[in-house]
Amino acid sequence: MSAQTAPGLSVAATTGALAGRSPRPGELHTKHKTPAQRVGAVAWWIAVVVVAILTVFPLFWTLVTSLKPAGDILSGALELIPRTVTLENYQRVLTEVPFGRYFLNSMLLAVAGVVLNLFFGSLAGYAFAKLKFRGKRALFVTLLGSLMVPGIVTMVPSFLVLRAFPFAGGNNVVGQGGVGLLNTWWAIILPGAAGAFAVFFMRQFFSSIPDELGEAARIDGASEFRIFAQVYLPLAKAGAAVLAILTFQAGWNSFMWPLIVLNVQEMWTVQVGLASFVTDYATDYGPLMAGTVITSLPVLLLFVFAQRYIIEGVSHVNAR
Amino acid sequence: MTVTTAATAPPGRAATPLPAPAPRKPSRQWRIQERWAWLFVALPIALFAIFVVIPAGMALVMSFTSYSVIGDSHWVGLDNYRRLFLDPYFFIALRNTAYYTLLFVPLGILVALATALLLHRNVRVSTLFRTFFYVPVVSSTVATATIWLWLLNPQFGMVNVALGWFGIDGPAWLYDSNWAMPAIVIMSVWAGFGTNMMIYLGGLQGIPSQLYEAARIDGAGWWQQLRYIVMPSLSRTTFLVSTLLVIGAFQVFDQAYVLTKGGPGNSTITLVYYIYTQGFGNLEMGYASAISFVLFAIIAVFAVINARVTGRDNS
Repeated sequence: MSAQTAPGLSVAATTGALAGRSPRPGELHTKHKTPAQRVGAVAWWIAVVVVAILTVFPLFWTLVTSLKPAGDILSGALELIPRTVTLENYQRVLTEVPFGRYFLNSMLLAVAGVVLNLFFGSLAGYAFAKLKFRGKRALFVTLLGSLMVPGIVTMVPSFLVLRAFPFAGGNNVVGQGGVGLLNTWWAIILPGAAGAFAVFFMRQFFSSIPDELGEAARIDGASEFRIFAQVYLPLAKAGAAVLAILTFQAGWNSFMWPLIVLNVQEMWTVQVGLASFVTDYATDYGPLMAGTVITSLPVLLLFVFAQRYIIEGVSHVNAR
Repeated sequence: MTVTTAATAPPGRAATPLPAPAPRKPSRQWRIQERWAWLFVALPIALFAIFVVIPAGMALVMSFTSYSVIGDSHWVGLDNYRRLFLDPYFFIALRNTAYYTLLFVPLGILVALATALLLHRNVRVSTLFRTFFYVPVVSSTVATATIWLWLLNPQFGMVNVALGWFGIDGPAWLYDSNWAMPAIVIMSVWAGFGTNMMIYLGGLQGIPSQLYEAARIDGAGWWQQLRYIVMPSLSRTTFLVSTLLVIGAFQVFDQAYVLTKGGPGNSTITLVYYIYTQGFGNLEMGYASAISFVLFAIIAVFAVINARVTGRDNS
């Protein structure tokens, strides 16, 4: 089913598929193309190339700008081929701020977010999709409702909750006297660990897998945990892959929350580090663009490797 | 599917979401299953309670007080809510947000669906183009905003230069109160459609090929296939995408904050932007919380309407 397993197919041969049907193997190797198919193929290429230019061009410009010396960046902003190519901006990013350190911090936080969201999202999502328990509907509606509460409202209260966390950061049992979880990794990891979106997404995914599989295992006497871990979870791998990349992306790009709860510079993340090149008076474009290129790479690479699973994963949400 | 039934189903059938063979099960097994279910959800729900429900509850309480981060906090009852209905800026923000949503949601669905249809084919090159189309999603907001400020520059920005080739005298975009919001919509669609395109691609892959074959045997062209096979089969996907888009649209903030700071002439003050200026600029957390809960109510109403419109045939 995957795109990678279909080598050597000519694009023109499949142009009948404008409405989105998957071409069957039989028709892929057609040597004779009707004129309509040729026109379709040309139209397809024009369309994808135009869209690709619109989407890739800004990042391409970022890359080009990051390779220009400081003097050329403003004077030659429109030049798409740098007069002189230099790596000085990359050098500045890595030496003027501890960008390597920020990179590791962001990686740690994003990976922790992915692992915990996958774990909790699968467990709870499965329970909401396939198990019966009292209060299920009310809980699920609360969860869904929380997605609609503007994030900005809960920012200050969440900060207060973290500061008053019992037994942490010098706090006593009622959460007084210390700084709680502020300035620790937990301040970012815990609030993001069991996202409502993760539960919602995994629930949608598990709902698309037939109930009969579980019923059959139940009749065979399997425990509920085994049914989850050995029957349903393996079938949900693709969904988990989608959730993983979305969570990684969200964690990697989060900006405001790390800025609020971490005020030790060694704990900063790449996004906070990037923003330090933008001030109200002068934006240091060279290092900013170089930093942007470095920052965009992990998510882009992850996408390149995971996109097959993403499409497969999301397809289950639709299937019924 | 969930939202609809939760909000509107008669109480009689509300309690049983699982359809087929459930009722004839021994109650002992039922109790075991319930215990497992609670074990599964316990930790996630605990985290959810501590970091979402409690803060949201605190914010709700704040909306009835004059809490301002520093200084004393007094109970003011419904004063914040009353004040809101007399606040012209609230209505400007509400109108701007509605306008944004009205443009952004249909356009977002259209672009995501069109690009997905374009790239739904089993050729290696479409994998490459998927990656290209996804690039805006991976760029950070700071960089994206910088680039768009440059692209939309009235004199020498790429957008107006390109319009000039066709003899069109482009508007001042972010400096024109009529065009600032559409410009923000375009940028938001550009920045975010990649994710929804992937969701649609997944949806397209889930459509059984027999459906297309049957349609072709009946002589359906691609438009008819799109209308009668693809769109109905994608209703769950469209429900998911439109729900996410509506929730996101009502909470638009980043772009308005980075690109225009609410201007020109208040034309891009959105509700969350207004909440931000009230809460973090003027430190009126109580009032900001009150606006937030009105916004929450609006989003909830729209989510339910959306569920009725797009999700009616999949419960």
